[in-house]
Amino acid sequence: MSTLAVIDYGMGNLHSVAKAVEHVARELSLELEVAVTADAQIIARADRVIFPGVGAIRDCMAEINRLNVGEMVAEAMQTRPVLAICVGMQALMEYSGENGGVDCLGLVPGRVRYFGEELRDAAGVWLKVPHMGWNEVRQFREHPLWEGVPDGSRFYFVHSYYIQTERDDLVAGTSRYGKEMVAAIADRNIFATQFHPEKSQKAGLRLLGNFLRWGGEA
Amino acid sequence: MGLARRIIPCLDCDNGRVVKGVRFVDIRDAGDPVEVSKRYCDEGADEVTFLDIAASHEGRATTVETVRDIAAQVFIPLTVGGGIRTLDDIRMMLNAGADKVAINTAAVFDPPFVRAASERFGSQCIVVAVDAKRVADGAESKWEIFTHGGRKPTGIDAVEWCSRMVDYGAGEILLTSMDRDGTKEGFDNQLNRVVSSTVRVPVIASGGVGALEHLAEGVLEGGVDAVLAASIFHFREFTIEQAKRHMAARGIEVRL
Repeated sequence: MSTLAVIDYGMGNLHSVAKAVEHVARELSLELEVAVTADAQIIARADRVIFPGVGAIRDCMAEINRLNVGEMVAEAMQTRPVLAICVGMQALMEYSGENGGVDCLGLVPGRVRYFGEELRDAAGVWLKVPHMGWNEVRQFREHPLWEGVPDGSRFYFVHSYYIQTERDDLVAGTSRYGKEMVAAIADRNIFATQFHPEKSQKAGLRLLGNFLRWGGEA
Repeated sequence: MGLARRIIPCLDCDNGRVVKGVRFVDIRDAGDPVEVSKRYCDEGADEVTFLDIAASHEGRATTVETVRDIAAQVFIPLTVGGGIRTLDDIRMMLNAGADKVAINTAAVFDPPFVRAASERFGSQCIVVAVDAKRVADGAESKWEIFTHGGRKPTGIDAVEWCSRMVDYGAGEILLTSMDRDGTKEGFDNQLNRVVSSTVRVPVIASGGVGALEHLAEGVLEGGVDAVLAASIFHFREFTIEQAKRHMAARGIEVRL
């Protein structure tokens, strides 16, 4: 029996991600106990940690700071596999331009920026914000979490802010929406996605399955 | 290549069964919503929308139960609408596993509710459903918001309304043409075009799909980001996969 903690800091729907990993564990015949929790002791004992997030970064960071979630994530990523999703990924960065500017956890180098009102594709067509729907993800480098996921697979995104980092070596996947953006980051025990694997049907479930079998460090 | 246009099958449900539909005289039973959702997901649906058409107080528990069952088995985004009037209604649906909620009538009678909802839960999960009816044709075309299944005019201009809802925090607009809904004659693409080129958030076209080409027209003529249909999928006239192949053949980027 292995354990997985989905960190619950009171923001948004964690049902989806918990249900998806439980489903994947059943399919793979893995004995897995999933806890959706903010309890530091349960998170410290879990074999794997998922750091999700939806909503506005200011509210998320307020709760993350209040509940000391940053410390839990920092500790977990030293020793165990951690998967950060969407705003969870953005919270790992140094700073976000959302809500007039918010300091984030600074666990991964990089910043979070707004797509802008006048986002256009190569043909000059006006692009809607949020970036919502299924976009192709180019695998920027090999990683155990990409195993069995065809390069260029579509994943489900919904976000108005995107990540920029100067550390190309940390970029695991990219997508294009008016501009090239980071779709996934890999840094030792952490794998982080801007898209929602729990909502990305086959490709997403495959990635979650890979996470459940990953021992950390690529 | 980039973002794909979405195809969203819609399940109109009444007391735990899929029916079609709100404005049809005879309501035909089209099955169990959980089974139907799974089938759509397997066929490649990009999202599923679940509308509780009766939205009665008594039926609410059944709806929550159904949403929970769908969410446990369908790993694509799920939108739930029908009778969403309070922040508690939204919380209940999100906790049951919905990713987004569609607010319709409550937005018309209490517009600040949309602002409160998006501030509390984030714009990404707030869809405002707009029922628009044409009140003037030609170059001066105008559409008005109607409530009560298209029976009651409100005097509100539909295009201005959509912009206002986006300012209030709607993350997406579900735009239904009341003139076309149930007709199988295709979308009102003039309406789709005007709204889609006005608001900065994604627009889902709804109402009138009777053929696969109608879906393609929504994108090519209406300029919408997603197309929604109910009856053509329920009775297996077409599969989602057929719909996607048709759109791809018309040069539209889809997830295959």
